[in-house]
Amino acid sequence: MIKSVSLWHYLTRYIDNFLLVGIILLMLVGLVTLYSATDGDLSRVTSQAINMLAALIIMWLVANMPLQHMMSLALPIYVVGLILLIGVALFGEIHSGARRWLNIGVTRIQPSELMKIAVPLMMAWYFDKHEATLRLRNYIVATLLLLLPVLLIIRQPDLGTTLLIISSGFYVLFLAGLSGRIMTGLLIAGAGSLPFLWSMMHGYQKRRIMTLFDPTQDALGAGYHTIQSTIAVGSGGVIGKGWQNGTQTHLDFLPEKSTDFIFAVYSEEFGLIGNLILLLLYLVVIGRGMVITANASTQFTRLIAGSITLTFSTYIFVNMGMVIGILPVVGVPLPLISYGGTSMVTMLLGFGILMSIQMHPKLVKT
Amino acid sequence: MNRTIELRDRPLELHHFQIRLAISAGFVLFLFFLLFARFYYLQVSEGERYRTLAEENRISISPVVPNRGLILDRNGEVLAQNYSAYTLEIIPSKFADLEAAINKLATVIDISEIDRRRFKKLMKESKRFESLPIRTRLSDEEVARFAANRYRFPGIEMKARLFRQYPKGKSTSHVVGYINRINDEDLEQLEADKVSANYRGTSHIGKIGIEQSYEKELHGITGFEEIETDSAGRKIRVLSRTPPISGNDLTLTLDIKLQEIAEKAFGDRRGALVAIDPRNGDVLAFVSTPSFDPNLFVNGIDFKNWGLLNNSIDRPLNNRALRGLYPPGSTFKPFMALAGLELNIRTPQYTIYDPGYFKLPGRKRHYRDWKAHGKVNIYKSLVVSCDTFYYELANDLGIDNIFSFIGQFGLGKKTGIDIEGESAGLLPSREWKMRRHKEKWWPGDTISVGIGQGYNLTTPLQLAFATAIIASKGIAFRPRLVKQIQNSKTGETYESAPQLLYTLNLNPDNLELVRNALIDVTRPGGTAARAGAGAAYTFAGKTGTAQVIAMKQGEKYDESSVKERHRDHALFIAYAPAENPRIALSVLVENAGHGGSVAAPIARLVMDYFLLGRIPANATGETIHG
Repeated sequence: MIKSVSLWHYLTRYIDNFLLVGIILLMLVGLVTLYSATDGDLSRVTSQAINMLAALIIMWLVANMPLQHMMSLALPIYVVGLILLIGVALFGEIHSGARRWLNIGVTRIQPSELMKIAVPLMMAWYFDKHEATLRLRNYIVATLLLLLPVLLIIRQPDLGTTLLIISSGFYVLFLAGLSGRIMTGLLIAGAGSLPFLWSMMHGYQKRRIMTLFDPTQDALGAGYHTIQSTIAVGSGGVIGKGWQNGTQTHLDFLPEKSTDFIFAVYSEEFGLIGNLILLLLYLVVIGRGMVITANASTQFTRLIAGSITLTFSTYIFVNMGMVIGILPVVGVPLPLISYGGTSMVTMLLGFGILMSIQMHPKLVKT
Repeated sequence: MNRTIELRDRPLELHHFQIRLAISAGFVLFLFFLLFARFYYLQVSEGERYRTLAEENRISISPVVPNRGLILDRNGEVLAQNYSAYTLEIIPSKFADLEAAINKLATVIDISEIDRRRFKKLMKESKRFESLPIRTRLSDEEVARFAANRYRFPGIEMKARLFRQYPKGKSTSHVVGYINRINDEDLEQLEADKVSANYRGTSHIGKIGIEQSYEKELHGITGFEEIETDSAGRKIRVLSRTPPISGNDLTLTLDIKLQEIAEKAFGDRRGALVAIDPRNGDVLAFVSTPSFDPNLFVNGIDFKNWGLLNNSIDRPLNNRALRGLYPPGSTFKPFMALAGLELNIRTPQYTIYDPGYFKLPGRKRHYRDWKAHGKVNIYKSLVVSCDTFYYELANDLGIDNIFSFIGQFGLGKKTGIDIEGESAGLLPSREWKMRRHKEKWWPGDTISVGIGQGYNLTTPLQLAFATAIIASKGIAFRPRLVKQIQNSKTGETYESAPQLLYTLNLNPDNLELVRNALIDVTRPGGTAARAGAGAAYTFAGKTGTAQVIAMKQGEKYDESSVKERHRDHALFIAYAPAENPRIALSVLVENAGHGGSVAAPIARLVMDYFLLGRIPANATGETIHG
């Protein structure tokens, strides 16, 4: 008995229970909603459960990885990621109009997904390395580290991923103490480059943004998603229509209802009360992430933990914002709930890092 | 790593970091608050609206088309009915490339070139329909085949539809008419009449005949179903249903047997026959021949058949009975005779000597009679159809008297029959000539009017109506085709009462004289003696011949030398039994020469059937020369 207890202890010694409970509760919400969204397709639910399990194992592995290892991996992961992105640009496979995948023989991979972790990791490592002598030049270099992959990804095109990587990098810059004046300058520069960015966008991306302002102008095209998901959410009312009773969901009015728009399914069936519970669950996870960030002992761990936590929040806001029609439709999944293995793994990889930061003996600088 | 020099204040750095983290936390809370505020707005403040939108998404109101009322003849014989069959319908808006979609469909269901052409025509004509038929009347096998492949054809639906069918085909097309798909023009009319809501889902509407004029009775009231649909518009289930109310059934005054016998009697000849019951205005037979098959029109006639009908020199689409304009010829004489007697211009004793022509005093022009009749009084003038007598009478009466007296018999006016499109014909007057030709009326114009020529134009329906007034001794009933309307819901029948228009106050002696003369027309010595030979009832009639081309003065009309299409029209009006008439009719046979030879025998066949129930062995009217 004692032995097995100690084995359990051994296995879970780097697992943060607080975070784990939050994650698992969210995953359960995800499975329950997916069951409804797929009209009771158990095979889809099972496959998602397997995705979750695999992601949890990856999280466990990462959580058990000492931070020094992680630090030393930052640069190689970033470089490999960059090479793969260039590979995509040159030899990538095109699926539904976007060049995002790279066939590496055994399977197809999406290097941009890797960059969601690799970029903040690299930037945090860079700031940590120059912690003692931070100058403007360092911020510029860090920004370049961010922009390099971003420019490759935005051409794929992948607006959602671009947005998330930019924000994860921005969070690192912000937390690393980029001065307020420079940030204001960056904001102005950013605003100034909007017309340029607009001209670089693909037609469908422009349409998505335009339809945000008036979804009805393209009610059967780009606006259709937003109109139907807004109706789904709104018609859910205070208490929702009940599990598996959403008419928008079950009569097929909702697009992408098991992936990017799964929140509309949840919201239609569980209403405002359900939404409140979901927001609170997310806040528990985010709050714990904030606490871990605050307790982190080194520049590297602080920056990476903060970036992961804030990026996680960004996912939630962008996804829900798109479903309820306040943000343009970009391909951002609802973390831990949307169907799909890749984002699940990315997400839990991040949580693994958070756990590792919290649970490993603190690195204390000289 | 080189960390020899601490350039920065570590605790201060940490403090800065914590402030920034706090700002970030605040920012996240702010974003979450934004989300919550939007949830509250959508789900609480606007919840009701979005619930309605979701319901509207989910529920579609689908009209349920009522069964169109049946049309029966006076003996209950079905003239128009409905049958149910499956059609394949395409929703054009769901296809970018319709041609490709139809080609794909053609791999499962036979689609002929005619179907394609008809579909294209429908596309052009009816924009309001969301679905249009590509194939109608699917066989059981085709129904099964499509059902098995249905999933491959989103946007193509199989629907059970009611079709209109006319079992008597061409015999009824000019009376019953037909329905056809609602076009843009019909739609405008429906909207103007504020009944377009009741036509949601209705694809067809009456175009001519009874189908058109009794559209309101026949259509019924559209019901509706609340249907739960998915995003592709597929029906999931019916939530509620308000049944439609079928259109009312119509019983016509028409006797279809009589109609068919009359039609057959024409053989290959072109013409018209209208038979009316003089006691109430019931139209017993209404023939215009040649005719066409109304069933061709129901689902949209194809270009080829339309071309054949529309370009035929026999003009089968032309309703001769209702709209055909012909000079009445000598059938005008009984009305002239009555005018002369009633207005005291002629006495029964007044006798003329007919040298075979008439001349106005002091004028050179000869008005030819078809024969020199010698001594003729008014009675004989009708029996032998003397022209000279009527040239002189017309001259003595003057156009104003002719116009006002004969106008009472309905010539030159619409009879008001209950189908649309009737021609008014023309009974000439001074006022008309001035209006139409900007010219005054010359005394010479009156002469030929007296024998039903000149400017005179009547329709066969008008002639029958006028004949019925003589038959009923002056009582005019509006001709009617619908006798009874049966409410399909309550089963109540509404008998439409005969509509008495007016009664002419005629001197019985004058009427008696004319009526007796008309009986003698069908007896030995009369112009229709052959047709009247051996009739088992008293048979009154008047023959007529209407000139198609004007003869120059002195030119002799030679039947054999004139081109067939330029030959005279044969006319005959009749009623029987003469003492108490139950049927009055007019017969017109185009380019057939003299009325007594061709038109009268047709009338005889019709009367024999109607009065005696005798079905002619050889139903084509044979030419009898006499």
